[in-house]
Amino acid sequence: MRRTWWIYLIGVLGLVAVAAPFLWMVLGSFKTQGELLRVPPTWWPHDATSQNYNDLFSKASFPRYFLNSTVVALAVTAGNLIFCSMIGYALAKLRFKGRNALFILVMATLMIPGMVTFVPLFVLVTNAGLANSYPGLILPFLVSPFGVFLMRQFFLGLPDDLMDAGRVDGTSELGIFARIMLPLTRPALATLGILTFLGSWNNFLWPLVIAQTEDKYTLPVALALYSTGQNAQNYGLLMAGAVVVVLPVLVMFLAFQRHVTKGIAITGLK
Amino acid sequence: MSFTDIKQRDLRTPFAVNGVGFGNYVKAFQDETFRKAAFNTAYFVVLGVPLTLVVALAAAVLLDRGVKRFQALFKVGYYLPVVTSIVAIAVIWRFVLAPDSGLLNTVLGWVGIDGPNWLASKTWAMPSLIAMAVWRNFGSAMIIFLAGLQGIPQSVEEAGQIDGAGPWQRFRHLILPLLRPTILFTSVTTGIGYLQFFEEPFVMTQGGPLNSTISVSMYTYNQFGFGNYGLATSMAYILFVVIAVITFIQFRLLREK
Repeated sequence: MRRTWWIYLIGVLGLVAVAAPFLWMVLGSFKTQGELLRVPPTWWPHDATSQNYNDLFSKASFPRYFLNSTVVALAVTAGNLIFCSMIGYALAKLRFKGRNALFILVMATLMIPGMVTFVPLFVLVTNAGLANSYPGLILPFLVSPFGVFLMRQFFLGLPDDLMDAGRVDGTSELGIFARIMLPLTRPALATLGILTFLGSWNNFLWPLVIAQTEDKYTLPVALALYSTGQNAQNYGLLMAGAVVVVLPVLVMFLAFQRHVTKGIAITGLK
Repeated sequence: MSFTDIKQRDLRTPFAVNGVGFGNYVKAFQDETFRKAAFNTAYFVVLGVPLTLVVALAAAVLLDRGVKRFQALFKVGYYLPVVTSIVAIAVIWRFVLAPDSGLLNTVLGWVGIDGPNWLASKTWAMPSLIAMAVWRNFGSAMIIFLAGLQGIPQSVEEAGQIDGAGPWQRFRHLILPLLRPTILFTSVTTGIGYLQFFEEPFVMTQGGPLNSTISVSMYTYNQFGFGNYGLATSMAYILFVVIAVITFIQFRLLREK
């Protein structure tokens, strides 16, 4: 017992180190431009102002980016929940020729880094006339090999007897999947849903090239372009923008953190 | 596509381009900036991966053995940066690392150290990005280590204790070998992630000063931006091959021992 206090102290110091930049961001977003440049810097805002947020929502059309991010993330999440569960179910529970080969193929795509498929995918999507459109932002991410893997593993753990019971009762095959098996995978669906939403919300490279006009920017794209463009000197605006990008994700993560950490620990993938 | 001279102007007619064999690959290796980018990426991985894993393992041991009472709180806290948008993190860290009005140099000032202008310095820009990457990513490996540590039965440690091994010896000779598969896994996944590092230099330094933080991914993206699709794809493939080879070596190294 004697030596536990300093272990806690180390833990708390670690927490401070992790949290300090976040706090700095939130406090900074309420400072004026003059105060942000002050040397030595202030910790607490002297004359707190909401001017940065006003600018963000009036001048910088962040509501639009927020809407775009939300639409894309929700669509991608819905797609993953539907398609990954169906594919995972088929790969785990249905017997058909080439099933294992198909599964290996899915796993192989997990290994290929996004950079390699990036340019071909861009040419494909552009030729399909989907550049700078919502479908262009959403379609490439509707299914993920990670999601298929996660769902397959979960379906494997469910007993086959349940399906047979459904068949005896005269339930259709689709009914067996949708009404008997799918509800049992709720924990896996929750994990997949939250991970997909976070991933899509934070996704950067693809929206950066596909969204060419401002009305299609997602939040990270807008923030990155603001921070490297002519607004790079408007520090308050950038800090407030960072808060808007980060806050929804942090709230969501804190609400569902159990599913996130469990998903990471089970599958070990991000 | 990596074997063709496809450019942005060929976007509408992707099948009407010329094959150039390995021309793009030769071009990539002759390009001085590409070699610089390859060096920077290697630097980032060689320093970043071990640092991340050490911090992650220390945090995992701390949570597993040390802070029993508030374990969940610490776990969530340490994990926060992982789920945060890297773009937002890069923006925040630009302020943390700012020369005079930044958080880091202020803290250093308290102990009498006059910190450099981190991101504008050729020497310090890369270490700054590495520090940021460790700060952001260690939580992810920590969770996996934690799961690994919890999988080690208590009896192993008790046996060590009976044999008179101290805490450090028990950790070094009992826990660490048993964690080998976990360490393999986290080093591979962290390594793959770091080899592709892109957003940090993109948002924070644009690869500068003087290309000192440009990465292979970022240079690939630049070539893509210039419309050199064929060249960009061949660079991506070079990266892919390197990733595959390193992953293979890591598997070998950790399995044989």
